[in-house]
Amino acid sequence: MALPKEESNRAIITVLGRDQIGIIAWVSGRLAEYNVNILDISQTIINEFFTMIMVVDINPTNLELVALSRMLEDEGRDKGLQVKVQHEDIFTFMHRI
Amino acid sequence: MTMTLTFAREEIQQTISMIHDENLDIRTVTMGISLLDCVSEDINVLEQKIYDKIVKNAGKLVSVGEQMSARYGIPIINKRVSVTPIGIVAANMNSEKMVRIAKALDRAAREVGVNFIGGFSALVQKGFTIGDLALIEAIPQALSETEFICSSVNIGTTKAGINMDAVLKMGEVVLKCAQLTADKDGIAAAKLVVFCNAPEDNPFMAGSFHGVGEPECVINVGVSGPGVVAKVVKKYPEADFSELSNLIKQTAFKITRMGELIGRAASKELNVPFGIIDLSLAPTPAIGDSVAEILENMGLERCGTHGTTAALALLNDAVKKGGAMASSHVGGLSGAFIPVSEDAGMVKAVEVGALTLDKLEAMTCVCSVGLDMIALPGDVSAETISAIIADEAAIGMINKKTTAVRVIPAIGKKAGDRVEFGGLLGGAPVMAIHPFSSKMFVKRGGRIPAPIISLSN
Repeated sequence: MALPKEESNRAIITVLGRDQIGIIAWVSGRLAEYNVNILDISQTIINEFFTMIMVVDINPTNLELVALSRMLEDEGRDKGLQVKVQHEDIFTFMHRI
Repeated sequence: MTMTLTFAREEIQQTISMIHDENLDIRTVTMGISLLDCVSEDINVLEQKIYDKIVKNAGKLVSVGEQMSARYGIPIINKRVSVTPIGIVAANMNSEKMVRIAKALDRAAREVGVNFIGGFSALVQKGFTIGDLALIEAIPQALSETEFICSSVNIGTTKAGINMDAVLKMGEVVLKCAQLTADKDGIAAAKLVVFCNAPEDNPFMAGSFHGVGEPECVINVGVSGPGVVAKVVKKYPEADFSELSNLIKQTAFKITRMGELIGRAASKELNVPFGIIDLSLAPTPAIGDSVAEILENMGLERCGTHGTTAALALLNDAVKKGGAMASSHVGGLSGAFIPVSEDAGMVKAVEVGALTLDKLEAMTCVCSVGLDMIALPGDVSAETISAIIADEAAIGMINKKTTAVRVIPAIGKKAGDRVEFGGLLGGAPVMAIHPFSSKMFVKRGGRIPAPIISLSN
């Protein structure tokens, strides 16, 4: 069984909600402030509904994933966006053997 | 260096939707703690040692659980502790002292912040020790005067047969539990399970205890997810049974992987070995988190009608097949649970007259556990409860599976009235029982011999 790498410290950030100007600027700005490196971004808009999936490397930052998650979720809620920050292992475990 | 998404968009969205829309969660992370080294002749010393050991081992359990939940973005509903059966640890104590130990366990549970602690238990399938008798006598008072204690008594196994003296006694104990907490709809009886073939590594309450073959300390995880299975079954109304089974297997695999992830991560964080995943489908009273709904989505107008046992058999088997592939170690109860009060679909089925006690008994032949969270009329006799226990134990003994009885006599109420336990325990209508007596049968005493299939050596 392929185990995820012990040191894997990548997180998946998902943002869902009505499209508006500056969503990516807001997320990436926040991540830069906290020294979080963006590895990949994928974004689509279907019927004005915005979906973004971002893979980030949280190794360079001291900030706990939990704290990052809480901050983005709270700020996202104010903008009417549903933001989730989850360690990548949850997706690895569910979809990969 | 080029980086690409390592997951398909659909995979990420599926995981998120399973958690947020279909109630996928980790039902429990349960730490099993051995209390065998706490044994003492002095009740004060014993109480202190038990309290200290639980607080030392489980002190970080709740915070680590919350950390894991935030890290992976999946709810972990319950954090719990199970301990060595107290009938063994405190074998030299009388029933009064057993109640004191229950209160010490309760204080320890409160201190570490878990919502239940299991193991106020005795294993009496072949007979009683002095400690077992004291513990059983103490159960009604212990459960009615504590908040977090869960109790279980194993009265039969396939290897040992059924201890009918214990069955008779437990009928009285269940009734007494309900009487002592009549003002709370008999809640003490909802924290007491009577088992046949009890597993020693079950993380689910109320039947969880830390068996004597278990290590010093261990983490066991119980997953959930009836809502996820119900959704997938509903999505494919045309699927034939082979396809249906495969769909459930794939879903059970994904659900169980979540438990495997949390179990490994919590084990590492707490520096405690990872024991098993219990891959049960555990419903909650929440809408859309129902095992009955899965069966109805398979094409039954109401759970409990003809065909229900076959539907449940398919579901239970497919869950095990899918789940077994997803984990290194599967254990505990592992199968679909069919509690009544904890499952909105089961409650509805009882209310409309589709689901009866007799049908539930048949269903327990093909799924995990047994007659669970069922409210009985308040005038039920202790002997009738004993006879219900005997029937379930017989099913477990002959079929080499775990069966259990957790029934709650609703004092002052009759069939059709409603009881409310609150929270995850839910509420339910009182179910009708047979009016004919079983008294002469259960009072015979002695043991029902182990069946011929026990001679497997």
